[in-house]
Amino acid sequence: MSTLAAAPATAVPLQITALIKRFGTLTAVDGISLALAPGECLGLLGPNGAGKSTLIRSIVGRVLANSGTVSIFGNAAQSPAARAALGWVPQELAIYPRLTCAENLRAFARYHGLSGVRLKEQASWCLEWAALTDRARTIAGSLSGGMKRRLNMAAGVIHAPRIVLMDEPTVGVDPQSRNRIFEMIEALKAQGTSLIYTTHYMEEAERLCDRIAIIDHGRIIAEGTAAELVRSSFGARSQVTARVTGAPEAIGAWTARHNGRVTTEKAGDDTAEFTINESTEIAPLLTDAVAHNIDLDDLALRRPNLESVFLHLTGRELRD
Amino acid sequence: MFAIIQTAIASLRRDPAALALSFILPIGFFTIFAMVFGGQHDTVPRVHIIVVDADNSEASRSLVNALQKEDTLIVRTHPDASKGKPAPPNYTAQTAEAAVKAGDTSVALIIPQGWGANPIDFGGNNTNNTAPKIQLLYDSSDTIAPQVVSGMLQKSAMTSMPASMAEMGLKYNEKYMGDLTPEQRQKWTQNLAYLKDLQQQHADTNSTTTATNTSSTGTSNNISGPVSVQTRAVVGETQNKPFLSFYAAAVGVMFLLFTASGSAGALLDEAESGTLDRVLSSRISMTTLLGGKLVYNMLLAFTQLTAMFLYAWAVFHVDLWGHIPGFVVMGLCTAFAVAAFGMMLASVTKTRAQLGAISTLLILMMSSIGGSMFPRYLMSPAMQKAGLFTLNAWAIDGFTKVFWRDQPVQALWPQIAVLLCAGTALFLLARRFARRWEFS
Repeated sequence: MSTLAAAPATAVPLQITALIKRFGTLTAVDGISLALAPGECLGLLGPNGAGKSTLIRSIVGRVLANSGTVSIFGNAAQSPAARAALGWVPQELAIYPRLTCAENLRAFARYHGLSGVRLKEQASWCLEWAALTDRARTIAGSLSGGMKRRLNMAAGVIHAPRIVLMDEPTVGVDPQSRNRIFEMIEALKAQGTSLIYTTHYMEEAERLCDRIAIIDHGRIIAEGTAAELVRSSFGARSQVTARVTGAPEAIGAWTARHNGRVTTEKAGDDTAEFTINESTEIAPLLTDAVAHNIDLDDLALRRPNLESVFLHLTGRELRD
Repeated sequence: MFAIIQTAIASLRRDPAALALSFILPIGFFTIFAMVFGGQHDTVPRVHIIVVDADNSEASRSLVNALQKEDTLIVRTHPDASKGKPAPPNYTAQTAEAAVKAGDTSVALIIPQGWGANPIDFGGNNTNNTAPKIQLLYDSSDTIAPQVVSGMLQKSAMTSMPASMAEMGLKYNEKYMGDLTPEQRQKWTQNLAYLKDLQQQHADTNSTTTATNTSSTGTSNNISGPVSVQTRAVVGETQNKPFLSFYAAAVGVMFLLFTASGSAGALLDEAESGTLDRVLSSRISMTTLLGGKLVYNMLLAFTQLTAMFLYAWAVFHVDLWGHIPGFVVMGLCTAFAVAAFGMMLASVTKTRAQLGAISTLLILMMSSIGGSMFPRYLMSPAMQKAGLFTLNAWAIDGFTKVFWRDQPVQALWPQIAVLLCAGTALFLLARRFARRWEFS
């Protein structure tokens, strides 16, 4: 993919400062500030309704913020330079269903001012990047879900933007297509494109993103690499998950004594979670369970992940 | 079954505008058609005619006065005066014919010089075949007005010229039955004096009615009756299919409106799918986007209109090639206006269902009032004026000027001006309403 003219060496690809966006009484974005480094992939991790899409739409100029600023390589959002530098892959399948893949790409290329040889080169590159070269003349509406997603992504990068904003690009696709999409994103990263990637799948964020911002209720509640986030929330501690059966009162009292919590998915099949500093803490935990007639069905020891971090920070599951 | 009905009702309730229109639509249509075809209280439209009295005899004055007294006729003897200016001179035979050709009126009556000497012609057997006859000039696109004028002319002749009728009756009597005896002639002369007094009063005091009789829509025709009339179609006389160009325009404009609003509805689809958002995040502004769609919809409408007239030419021999400049100008102006109309509707509605309901309502209303379904000249004066608020009326008038009256492009300026202004205003409204898509 050819790139646009280089930005000033000192210009930060994306700088957001104290951004606030309200819809009536709802504050969708509540004072968010963040920066995106050149070539960085920043993940925005949060549940549905956290404000991820509103933030993305503010960056791309489709939402007018109540206050705060968005700067793209030093240019205001909505400025022609900012529009040229930004590529947006919306969550919806924003393509023309009656046009072929190639026609879709050519249309969006022209909307971004491409023409002639450069348009042909970019369309060809995008088809190859999205593994749709053999589907160039296929009507978009007749593509599979995964292919439509890839075409949707290709339309967002047709003008070779230096920053790409991807809003949950894997929604509703099968695992195989998801892997293909991951490869596309990794190819972009390898070319030095700066990326913002929103998702509520922590595995995607861990795999793709150099840095992650956890967003909830319109605010960034934690920011850093996956390891940093886990370390800041849990230190060197680990998590013990035990599936147990027994009297509910006994199980409740047992988890309380060891600062754990019970997550019951169905009656008679309880799962207890504990955070421990040392592995030597496991034995007393089990001994105490046996002493109170609690049967242990399964036991797992694992390092906390982003899901655990989110739960730790908000008290809610990431997919709530 | 119940679940399906319940689901459908719930979906309809989520779109209150569409729900409301589903009730308003039939009521609205009923009202419009009742007004157009029922004619409200004014069931008989009055016919505008121009009368030229080149004879200025006692008989001709009686006839003109009688025609002026007829409730079904609106008689003009001279053009309307401008405000604050004296009345312009009376129509002449030439200016009256020009007025019919220009569509100012459907019928003109020319009473030639010398007509008063032999005004009555029973059964076309006038004793003097060289006597001047009343000329009835008409626009053959209006089949009703000449018939009405014709009937009223004969009626007026019967009632406003008793002396002339009696004199001609005696001439026929003597021709076929022999002369009167001296006693009969003396008595007849005494009674004729009375009738002449009566006829004189009609001529002087506008108290009589006269009418001549015209029938048939032939290019040139002699009509028999008490008053002999020669009719001549001065508009459309060269048209081999009188109403085809009218209906091509009338039906064409109505379907252009449907096509344009349907095509403009793509905006709603794009807004719903998110494509519009993506386009607006590129270099394309909302004004550029709407402008592009306007031009596309305009070209689509013009192509549709062209296809329709090509078909009319190929199958019904409408003279398209002889009117290309006028067709192109009117076609483009009409296409522009209907495209802007569609854009405005698409930008003001929120869903396809709303667009479908509102556009159907408005287009059928405009088409019925504007003359796409029923010629406007057959409507009541109030409805004819109401029709001027529709795109259909101006477009049809323009095409009629081109194909029917053979008028040059310059003569189309009122229609062009109105359609272009309306199109511009509608597009500006569309741009205003489209602001809701610009930013959240």
